[in-house]
Formats: sequence, C-alpha cells, structure tokens
Amino acid sequence: MSTIGLVLRASARDLARNRWLIAYAAGFWAVTEALFYFGGSGPQVILSLLNAVLFVVPLVALVFGTAHVHASREFIEMLLSQPLSRRSVFAGLYLGLALPLTAAFLLGAGVPLLLHGAAADAPRLALVLLATGGALLTLTFAALAMVIALATDDRLRGMMLALGAWFVLTLAYDGAVLVLVSAMGDWPLERPLLALMLLNPVDVARVLVLTALDASALLGYTGALFRRVFGSALGPAVAVAALSAWAAIPVLVARRRFLRRDF
Amino acid sequence: MIALEGIRKAYGRRSVLDGVSLALEPGRITALVGPNGTGKTTLIKVILGLTRPDAGRLLLDGEPVDDDGAYRARIGYAPQAPRLPENLAVGEVFAMLRALRPGAALDERLIEDFGLRGEWQTRVGTLSGGWRQKLSSACAFLFAPDVLLLDEPTAGLDPVSSGLLKAQLRAAREAGRAVLISSHILSELEEIADDIAFLSDGQFRFSGPISGLLEETGMRRLEPAVAALLRGLRVEQGGAPRSRVRA
Repeated sequence: MSTIGLVLRASARDLARNRWLIAYAAGFWAVTEALFYFGGSGPQVILSLLNAVLFVVPLVALVFGTAHVHASREFIEMLLSQPLSRRSVFAGLYLGLALPLTAAFLLGAGVPLLLHGAAADAPRLALVLLATGGALLTLTFAALAMVIALATDDRLRGMMLALGAWFVLTLAYDGAVLVLVSAMGDWPLERPLLALMLLNPVDVARVLVLTALDASALLGYTGALFRRVFGSALGPAVAVAALSAWAAIPVLVARRRFLRRDF
Repeated sequence: MIALEGIRKAYGRRSVLDGVSLALEPGRITALVGPNGTGKTTLIKVILGLTRPDAGRLLLDGEPVDDDGAYRARIGYAPQAPRLPENLAVGEVFAMLRALRPGAALDERLIEDFGLRGEWQTRVGTLSGGWRQKLSSACAFLFAPDVLLLDEPTAGLDPVSSGLLKAQLRAAREAGRAVLISSHILSELEEIADDIAFLSDGQFRFSGPISGLLEETGMRRLEPAVAALLRGLRVEQGGAPRSRVRA
C-alpha cells in the first residue's frame, strides 16, 4: 500500500505541475461560468454543460492519458527495476493519472456547479449527477487511455488509436445506432437498443443526467425507453452502476496487460 | 549468486535468446559482449524481470525468484542510454529511490565522485548524455547491491569519469559483488573483467574466463580474440562477411 502511495505521489506531483491539466481545469471553469452567466440556472444550462462534458472529458482523458503514459515509459522502467511488484506499480500509475484528471474536472466544473446549485430554482439532482457522471467518465477514459498506451510502443500510433476511440464512442456510435433504428424500424428494437446504450459509457452518462431533468423530449428514444423500463428512481442508480462497471473493466484489461508485457 | 537457466525469448517470430544459461559469481566481473541487436539488453532485462522470458528460470542463490519483485532489492541496474524520468530533478530521482527502499544501506560514493550534488536541482531532461550516464550508474550503486547490471555504462563518459566508475567496479568486486557489464569497448572490459560471455544470434558462443578465450583463440589481447570468434561465426554461416558487425 505504501508503494502504491509513493508511486501515486510521484506521478501525481508530476501531473499537478502540468500546464495542460491546469488549462483543462481553468477552461472548464470558464465554460461553466459563461453558460451560467448567459443562460441563468435552468435545465438549458445543464444540457449545454452536459454536451460539453460528454464531448470534452473523454477527449482530454484519452489524449492526455495516452500521451502521459507514453511519456512515463522511462519512469515505469525505473520503478519496475526496483523491488516493487508490478501490481502496486500499476495501481500507483493508474491512480496517479486518474485522480489528478478527476480533480481537474471536479475543480473546473464541479465547484461552479455547486456554487450555482445554491440558487433557488436550480435542478440540484441533475447538477450532482452531472458532476458524478463526468468524474466516472474521467476514470473510464483514463483507463482506456492506459489500455491503448500499453498496447502501443509508437506514440503516434497510440495517439491515433486514442482519437479513434474518442470518435467512435462520442460521435460514430450514436450515428450507427440511428441508422440501425431507421433501417429496422418495423422490428421490436427496444431491448437491443437499451443494451446498445449501456455498452457505450458516453450514452450512459448522458442518460444518467437526463433522467434527473424533467425534459422527456430531450431524452431521445433510448433515454425515454430507459426511463420507462427502470423508472425515475431506479434509473439513475442503474446508470451509475453501469458507468462504474465501465470504469472498472478497462482498468482490469490494462492491469492484465501491464502484468504481462515486456518493458 | 544469480543464474539464468535455459532462457528463451522471441519477439514475434524473431528469436532473440535461444536457450541461454549464465551464472554470475560473487567477486567476479563478467563482460557481456556481442554484435548489435543480439539480445544483450534483453538478457539484462530478463534478469530484472522487465522482460518476461518464454521459457527458462532465474535463480538467486539457487532459488527461483518470486514474481513480486522483492529479489530486485539485491540488484542495481544502470540502463543503456539512461532511461530516466525526464521531468524530475537529479535530487528528486535519488529521493524517490530512497523513499521506495526505506532503511536500505546506502553507497553514495559515486554521487560524490561524479559531482552529482552540483547538479542536484537540474531536471534530468536537460542533462547531457554523459551526465545522465553518471546519474544512471550512481543509481545502480546507490543501495550497495549484491548484483550490479550495467548496460554500456561508459558510453558517453569522459576518461576521468569512466576511470572513477572502473575504480568503483573494482571496489565492488573486492566487496564480493557479482557484476555484469555490457559494452562494445573491449580494451576497457579487458582491463576490469574476469569473465567474458559472448552472445551471438541468441546463444553464447563463448562463456568463461577471459584467459580461457585468449587460450582458445591463440591471441594475446581481447580485441583480436573476439574478432577471431566473430570470424569463426562467419565461416560457420557460409563465409559471407556481414557488414556492420562489431564486437
């Protein structure tokens, strides 16, 4: 445990000094403040912010995470030539990446959300779920970044894969689902669609926040379905559980890869 | 003290180590030589557990090593073209290593000899190649380990520094440590090494005391003796001289 702590501290100290991470937090703060300033504190602001979070958080976690792990190759080699187990080095590295990223997100978006959440008409549950969803997305995509970086030796290739994963999960996936729906409109697609939605962490995060907003029209096909199947009480719980699973699976894949690979 | 038995390692279809065995004895310096790309670094990384062999065993004092890496407390490693974290300062590297091994005995003579204290605040990324090499070697010696693995430790060092390093290596031998050095500078190895292990195409073509190699090849110096080994290899392989082969 102390080993994990040491690796985590060394890695996190390095990241806390990182200009990109500070810019990320500051940028999120600026966007959040601007949205509240121009949009009041109603559900529209939450929706705009939700779109920003779903778009930016996976991108930053994937690109920054992949670049960071690749840049840490020497550091990893040095740690692994010390009397430390690979398990604890991996735990330290993952937490050393995921925690500073999550902290940057929560500082940048979470703090203004809490401040504005104090307003009388604020949809508080949605604000809390937005912060939770963004944090869980950060953990998920930081782990995916580790999977990508550990599977590639070439930095450029790793970066292309990271951007590819981002494109597929945030943009192409929904497009493909829409095509499927319009092509097979005559079939009972409800259950398969629900499964497809749960298979994409970005969709799960979206539905998580939308279930707390009273904006059924914005829920979309799968969102409405989700609410009907799980109800408005169970819905957020199911979505948080699905997102947590999404955060855990890539961690396990990256860990397995880390324990076996050559350095 | 530390021994490899029947180590095999292939990257894809390319076999790098093909059933290699080697024993490092206390109080002896072993020179690891061979043409570029014959797996010298891979062999060292197998001892460290950085590279996982496809087959074979690693024994420390006759016992197979555990997977949790605790055995590395007895090994000091100086990597080739020093691969160290670039954004830490020199002092931070040492501080981190010490934090990872609380209570371990320290040997800071190389830090003093090399004058690394003068670069304490310098970030590793801005150090020159020679200074990184010094830092890397000083890290390897830091905990007075029983086994020293040095991958081309004198590449990029000025003559004074490489003299200081050699003095430390002799002291390590006196102290009964087992040392493995990979290098291409044969005259230097001849000066300090007791044994030589010549790796080529994944196998040891010769492994034993340097005097044995000189005897076998009928040469008086290491350089022509290794050249004779290489020539022998070429004849074996059909006589076509391979360009860019260095020993």
